[in-house]
Amino acid sequence: MGISRRRFLQTLTWAGLGTAVYPLLSRVSKVEAKGWAASGLDPRPTGTKTLTKQWTMVIDLKKCEGCVIINKPPQCTVTCNQGHFVPEGQEWIKVSKVRGAGGGSHWMPFPCMHCQKAPCVDVCPVGASYYTEEGLVLIDQDRCIGCRVCMAACPYHRRYFNWKQQRLTPEAALAERSPEYPVPALKGTVSKCMFCAHNVRKGKIPICVSGCPMGAIYFGDLERDIITNGMEVVPLRKTLAENNAFRFKEELGTEPRVYYLPGYGQEFGREARE
Amino acid sequence: MNSTAERRAEMEAILLAPLVKPSRFYDLGILIMAMFIMWGLYAWSEQLRHGLIVTGMRDQVFWGLYISNVVFFVSLSLTGTFLSAVLRITGNHWQAPVTRLAEVVTGAALLMAATMILVDMGRPERVFYVFIHGRLQSPLIWDVMAVTSYLVGSIIYLYLPMIPDIAICRDRLSPSVSPLRRKVYDILALGWQDSAKQQERLNKLISIMTVLIIPVAVSVHSVTAWIFAMTFRPGWDVTILAPYFVASAFFSGVAAIIIAMTVYRKVFKLEKYITWEHYRKLGWLLLALLLVYAYFSFAELLPGAYKLATHERELLNLLLTGQQAFLFWVSLLGSIVVPAVLICWRRTRTVAGLTVASVLITVTLWIKKSYLLIVPTLQVSLMPFDAPGRYHPTWVEWSLSLAAIAGFMLMVALFFRFFPVIAIWETSRAAGEGG
Repeated sequence: MGISRRRFLQTLTWAGLGTAVYPLLSRVSKVEAKGWAASGLDPRPTGTKTLTKQWTMVIDLKKCEGCVIINKPPQCTVTCNQGHFVPEGQEWIKVSKVRGAGGGSHWMPFPCMHCQKAPCVDVCPVGASYYTEEGLVLIDQDRCIGCRVCMAACPYHRRYFNWKQQRLTPEAALAERSPEYPVPALKGTVSKCMFCAHNVRKGKIPICVSGCPMGAIYFGDLERDIITNGMEVVPLRKTLAENNAFRFKEELGTEPRVYYLPGYGQEFGREARE
Repeated sequence: MNSTAERRAEMEAILLAPLVKPSRFYDLGILIMAMFIMWGLYAWSEQLRHGLIVTGMRDQVFWGLYISNVVFFVSLSLTGTFLSAVLRITGNHWQAPVTRLAEVVTGAALLMAATMILVDMGRPERVFYVFIHGRLQSPLIWDVMAVTSYLVGSIIYLYLPMIPDIAICRDRLSPSVSPLRRKVYDILALGWQDSAKQQERLNKLISIMTVLIIPVAVSVHSVTAWIFAMTFRPGWDVTILAPYFVASAFFSGVAAIIIAMTVYRKVFKLEKYITWEHYRKLGWLLLALLLVYAYFSFAELLPGAYKLATHERELLNLLLTGQQAFLFWVSLLGSIVVPAVLICWRRTRTVAGLTVASVLITVTLWIKKSYLLIVPTLQVSLMPFDAPGRYHPTWVEWSLSLAAIAGFMLMVALFFRFFPVIAIWETSRAAGEGG
């Protein structure tokens, strides 16, 4: 009788420990399930894992006027929203007036930064946010559990939650949802800009790039060192070096793949303000 | 010797009575709580049908009452088992009559915290993904591990000292309860005969669990704090967050135990066993924890307030003078100033006074350490395009929050419908040792 009680309590204890280490064990057995990118053991593309591409966006702030000079809403946002059937209330690329330290203001478009050290990927409990081999940060809405901890982690506020089932247009309803083309958006999951992964795969430039009437947005591949705004093709690294390129909130160490080219004295304080 | 046996018999009579036929208050309480829960389930069905759009949460303030309640329930859970373990390990036996109450509070609070996480999720049907796709890098998975370990550990820790009491139920309640219940008592008692050898083994096991459970209890609330502290947000991105969480959880947990003591003392007529002495000791502990909490509350804000970096300044403006100022100052007044007076002033240092202080502390700590932890931080915009965020909880959120509290109370109440509130075995042993 005494033995059986002891055995019972031992079993209980092991069951408790087992619950605690279960995620670890299941991880080990599941590494191959979705490729290294979403495996979760280390989704960060480092070490022996080489990237096939490194998609990069460069936004020339000298050219961006927030579309006010053509008296329209920002065209990158408009074309993106239409092209991706972006749910109501979301703007995957958002254009905002930013006050510079010098007292002036300028326009600045904000897509997802596709950080190389993305806080959102770090905190995701189920590997729904992951890095691709092409340097993108994507969301698998069929994996996402809707806890929104990635929204807490993102310092750029570039993630949106699908609070309700969006009203579907026929094209959106027929689309086949994938991380590269999250249409139709799934209620209860998180959406964001995916650098038009579905377009660049087919050799097309992202919608916002072709949608910008000023040619302010460039897109390209860091590996091949070229970018284009749909009108001209320029070398990437040289452009960044010669134009004092900066990344937003560089000090956080997230290493975004979106660069901005200043031109209006952005980020440089001047005491000459009247 | 004779008087000891008589005392024991009287004790069993009083403590086992509610297990057979509880008072009318008890039934009424159960009914009211069940109604709240039914209403909450209706609200949840609405939320499942339409999505989280029925809440007041939006893209900027994307966590609200639900996550506040998670933090609150986890903080409630910390104390029960932790306090009883610390007192057991330090050889304090005066707490024997209230340990079980405290430990059941822990279990019920943990289950409710898990439920609230489920309620907050966009796709609750995928909750098992955290087990099959869990990633160790995510602080959320740390929380899953800590909470499940603590839940299992707490249940074992609750169950072990209960074995002799279940045996008492098995032996004494046979004629008055259904055969099924007798069968359950029989199984759970594991053939306990109160022999010296069994006692020795049980004491050894309890000692082991007592040592094991303390670090787990501390980890559970630290990890909850780290979910927030691992982000770049003002008010969360601070190293003090985990110890502050543990200290304030201990504080509010002791208050919750005092409230539960008062309720069950009244409803189950336990005045003879839960005495002023328990209130007096827990009252002084409450005051000590109040001072620790006051210190942490100050230490948390000062470094940010001194430097006033952009986002910190916006957060402090919201809290100290802005939209949330009323709640902020009320919560400090209600959790520090008023309870300190109630405990220190001789005329209010009574059962009623301490209970009022505890209610104040529980409510204001919910405001300060749950609601004001989450909402103002999310209101601060991290990007130049956002105005300060707004959040107004809807009826769905209020209904589910009230249902969660009702569910918590119902679980505790139902537990004591089947098992004695007071550890008969330990209490009679402690009384024997005491003289």
